[in-house]
Amino acid sequence: MSTKDNWKIWEIFIRSRNGLSHKHVGSLHAPDAEMAIKNARDVYTRRSEGISIWVIPSDAVTASSPDESEPLFTPADDKVYRHPTFYEIPDEIGHM
Amino acid sequence: MNLEDRFQDYVDGENKVEPKHWMPEKYRKTLIRQISQHAHSEVVGMLPEANWITRAPSLRRKIALLAKVQDEAGHGLYLYSAAETLGADRQDLVADLLSGKAKYSSIFNYPTPTWADMGAIGWLVDGAAIANQVMLCRTSYGPYARAMVRICKEESFHQRQGYEITMTLAKGTPAQKKLAQDALNRWWWPSIMMFGPSDDNSPNSAQSMKWKIKRKSNDELRQEFIDKTVPQAEYLGLTIPDPDLKWNEETGHYNYGEINWEEFYNVIKGNGKCNKQRLEARNKAHDEGAWVREAANAYAEKQADRKKNETHAA
Repeated sequence: MSTKDNWKIWEIFIRSRNGLSHKHVGSLHAPDAEMAIKNARDVYTRRSEGISIWVIPSDAVTASSPDESEPLFTPADDKVYRHPTFYEIPDEIGHM
Repeated sequence: MNLEDRFQDYVDGENKVEPKHWMPEKYRKTLIRQISQHAHSEVVGMLPEANWITRAPSLRRKIALLAKVQDEAGHGLYLYSAAETLGADRQDLVADLLSGKAKYSSIFNYPTPTWADMGAIGWLVDGAAIANQVMLCRTSYGPYARAMVRICKEESFHQRQGYEITMTLAKGTPAQKKLAQDALNRWWWPSIMMFGPSDDNSPNSAQSMKWKIKRKSNDELRQEFIDKTVPQAEYLGLTIPDPDLKWNEETGHYNYGEINWEEFYNVIKGNGKCNKQRLEARNKAHDEGAWVREAANAYAEKQADRKKNETHAA
């Protein structure tokens, strides 16, 4: 039981309908991309949840660090002028 | 404020803990233990039901049972994946199950001698699991909570399938009704024991509640399940095997009889009717499947080499 096989972890993304983005649904082990897709089909689309599968080796994903989230994201917090609600449009104009 | 206090504040704010967050080592360890036990339970749980697939009384029953058992495998996977986000190694987890080191839900150490057991399991065992899993949808660890949401969606067909089987028997011939009653008699107490002992006797409960891993106490969940299930049994004209079961107008809940915890602890220790068979079956499946894993490995390596040589040749 001590030999570790090389079935790496793959992150699975499913597109549920045309026009929508792929969404992360979980992970699984597989020896290669082809088997990862087959396994993803068996495990994550049993109820017709998707029309497209992406499989990505887990080690290919780089995540931002939660400890650095403040300096990373706060620059956007005080830029309210990026939102449409910042701008006053008279009612006579209708929808803009 | 130290890291532990900051973490507690974060959890108290109903925020989800994600894999890359700092977390107390005990939080990580307790979650790995709980999630992997949950995963093992799903996988071992396939066995008592798989037992009846070839003998289901109709095609409809067969395909439903097959689909349920497939789902359980999938549930095991979602949970192993969640445990892996905490740094656990899949092969280590599987090895612990196969060696008997890891625990799994004691309910699966009971035998399934009749078709009616399929009804009782879906209705009661999955019913109890649902009560627990709905609560866990609000657990503080993100990947575990999300796995629970997915599992809950799939679990309700499991319970309906079981209740339908029980209903068909209960509304059938006297012999069929007797089968259903007999299964209820055997599965009732083990099912309510699934929620575990009262929390004062449950060593991990207090810290789990503090870290919002657990959102309701064992007794709360047990009461929820009993209150929901009694009317379901009454509708079928079946009798729950508890002479002390009685509606309490004051509390708005059912009073129920004393649980025999000795049996529970005995089964957990490994002395249940099927503990040995369950482990043997899992080990057999693992050993007999080795050639598949090896073949897939060898193929993947061959493909990778081929690709490497192609790029070199170019």
